Amino acid sequence: MAEHVVSRKTYIVVWIALMALMVLTAGLSRIDLGEWSTVVAMAIAVIKALLVILFFMHVRYEDQKITWVVVIAGFFWLGILLALSMTDYLSRGYLGVAGH
Amino acid sequence: MHDSSAVATHGLRHHFADMEQQRASATLGMWVFLVTEIMFFGGLFAAYLVYRTAHYDAWVIGSEHMNFWLGTINTVILLCSSLLVALAVHAVQVGQNRMCAIYLWIASAMGVAFLALKGIEYHAHFVEGAVPGALWKLAVPDPRAVQMFFYIYFVMTGLHALHVTIGVALLAVIGWHAARGRYSPVYYSPVHVSGLYWHFVDVVWIFLYPLLYLIAHKKA
Amino acid sequence: MATIAAPAVERENYLNTDFRVRSWLLTTDHKRIGILYLLSITAMFFVGGFAATMIRLELLTPAGDLMSSDTYNKMFTIHGIVMVFFFLIPSIPATLGNFLVPMMIGARDLAFPKINLASWYMYITGAGLMMYVVLTGGVDTGWTFYVPFSSTYSNTHVIAAVVAIFIAGFSSIFTGFNFIVTIHRMRAPGMTWSRLPLFIWSHYATSVIMVLGTPVVAIALTLVALERAFHMGIFDPRLGGDPLLFQHLFWFYSHPAVYIMILPSMAVVSEVVSTFSRKRVFGYAAVALASIAIAVLGFLVWAHHMFVAGISAYAALVFSLLSYFVAVPSAIKVFNWMATMYKGSVSLATPMLYAMGFIGLFTMGGMTGLYLAALGIDVHVHDTYFVIAHFHYIMVGGAVMGYLAGIHFWWPKISGRMYPEAWGKIAAATIFIGFNLTFFPQFVLGYLGMPRRYHAYPPEFQVLNVMSTAGASILAVGYVLPLIYLLWSLRYGEVAPDNPWAATGLEWRTPSPPPTENFPETPVVTWEAYDYSSVAEVPVAR
Repeated sequence: MAEHVVSRKTYIVVWIALMALMVLTAGLSRIDLGEWSTVVAMAIAVIKALLVILFFMHVRYEDQKITWVVVIAGFFWLGILLALSMTDYLSRGYLGVAGH
Repeated sequence: MHDSSAVATHGLRHHFADMEQQRASATLGMWVFLVTEIMFFGGLFAAYLVYRTAHYDAWVIGSEHMNFWLGTINTVILLCSSLLVALAVHAVQVGQNRMCAIYLWIASAMGVAFLALKGIEYHAHFVEGAVPGALWKLAVPDPRAVQMFFYIYFVMTGLHALHVTIGVALLAVIGWHAARGRYSPVYYSPVHVSGLYWHFVDVVWIFLYPLLYLIAHKKA
Repeated sequence: MATIAAPAVERENYLNTDFRVRSWLLTTDHKRIGILYLLSITAMFFVGGFAATMIRLELLTPAGDLMSSDTYNKMFTIHGIVMVFFFLIPSIPATLGNFLVPMMIGARDLAFPKINLASWYMYITGAGLMMYVVLTGGVDTGWTFYVPFSSTYSNTHVIAAVVAIFIAGFSSIFTGFNFIVTIHRMRAPGMTWSRLPLFIWSHYATSVIMVLGTPVVAIALTLVALERAFHMGIFDPRLGGDPLLFQHLFWFYSHPAVYIMILPSMAVVSEVVSTFSRKRVFGYAAVALASIAIAVLGFLVWAHHMFVAGISAYAALVFSLLSYFVAVPSAIKVFNWMATMYKGSVSLATPMLYAMGFIGLFTMGGMTGLYLAALGIDVHVHDTYFVIAHFHYIMVGGAVMGYLAGIHFWWPKISGRMYPEAWGKIAAATIFIGFNLTFFPQFVLGYLGMPRRYHAYPPEFQVLNVMSTAGASILAVGYVLPLIYLLWSLRYGEVAPDNPWAATGLEWRTPSPPPTENFPETPVVTWEAYDYSSVAEVPVAR
């Protein structure tokens, strides 16, 4: 039971999608989207990363469920680090300083 | 249990029961290692997020001093090299060791090209004086926070470049083994796990590119 | 029961297969690497213990008369760094874990034996560098390396110490990642997840923390080193940086690191309590999942170390609340051990004494942890001896007691010899008494307001400090005793049978000491964990 063989065609289609997304994000950065530009840039980055992880890194074809768990856990823990750190930084200004 | 007598056992280490167990262990091992790497970069992403929130205007100024075209070309290089590494895995899976080696070597060479362009960029920053500390020459508003942007830029891209360097060496060595016919459709874990590592380096860059190069242009 | 008499011809085992030094230094046998770790961490324990002795001697009198405040700073820093990074974190996982994880699941070795050996060499490199730091002037930042002191003002070997910890950290990552892959991929036929010994569940949870947490402290310490080297950096307020960010990154690992220390001890206690009560662990699934819950929840509480450091009051509320949640799985474990002993056939062998000591002391440490999680109380006792007493109840009363329980419990398997039972009991009692006399007075001292990290104190605190120092000397005797009689037993101890405790784990169903390949044939597991009726049925391999 060797690993799933992904066809060359799939790889090339994914690569074309990655290149297209890269052109899109580079082009959109030249247009003012206001508050949305960061959101859009990060959304495109996430899609690109997902394409690489799911296809190039074979996670989509992985029959070991644990690989999915490991990948999701990695990003979930990164989320914990970023989110809980930001609870501090985003709420620091809420409470005024006595005497000011 | 699998019947291991039917499959070739070339490359099987003594403590594994069969090739399948060994292959699954190698893949899982690399994934767990990559999770460690995510958290390693994660500390820097946390610093980036905190300071970008605090000094957004400085971040925009800093990003204006990035070389948009070199960054974009480097993105293209890494995406193409990732495709080649994926094709290398396909080649070894269907028994084409020679093609596998060629794909890996080209990908490795593209990694060298990436590093060369990165070096040109760093050099330009030095010439421009966009280096935090004594060499700082940029006349910009809020120079301290802009220096912080460059500090984080150098640490993040520097750590990434270190990973690219390791990847370049790894792909070259694995390519050499492939050329000598060490791998087979049954035993090719080293190709696969080195490929995973290279794709990870690519994924990190996919995030660094918009976070460092694409902030400035949103200003109307 | 197996025979006690020594066999006429010694069986080939992992110890007598090759006596050359080279066969040890280049071994990929997980059992031998476990022994290498055992020797190294024991050496480091006595280095850290020496620093602790100097601290307690200084605190015997109110005046700072034994050493200068600078030297004192270096003493508590060395004590902290060596004990945390070079003893407690590798203590059980790298010794007993290395030895037992493959055996308990019926594997021939860990999944990556060479990486396992590399992990020991990294540990040795880190420890060697740390010893260089100690011998050439030390480091005075405290084990926490808070910026800006560590990055700007300290004139000691901060960079070298940071590099030492970085290297040791990666040895711990290698251990954790090896365990995760091994537990997933190397289990013997029939060894399902619900049949795994709780030792394995706890080590799995420990490994998860090692793999996810250690890289964050590694990058945080790297940034400190860079900031020191370039005289500016990410935590530098002159660039708009925030020194508290270092504390966030540091505690993101270093709080879960406490669970790296305590979870493996819980692993040992689950095995020992079950074996010496002759009962399956009460609520097996709850105890197993509690380990995982501790690993996950442990990552959500780190800023409770920073309540008075200037973080947002709202974030402090969130972290305070989350800190309470960790108490739930910890309490589940304590209750289930009690329920296991209830109406069990309890025998008070040395490992059981240590395990019972663990349960009591860990409970006290855990309960006082709840005091500290409460914002109001933490403001009052922050950075006092109350905190010192609290975490020593966890890290010494908990982790070290569990470690000693495990060393005694598996000593027959590791060495092939029995330890002297009477001396074992004397040492266990000595350590328990010495520990409480050392650290209980520190709760009172802290509550009365004695701050940590000072070499002098007001005279009214002297009585409690003298009690503490007296306790520490008893504790020191308690720690030296096992070192002596365990070494003695290597030559003069009774030859151990394969399964001296009639325990159920796979490691007891193979010879003592085990052969290099662990099992003559890959075992097939047909019984549930802690099924004591299975012990007699399985023929003892010999």
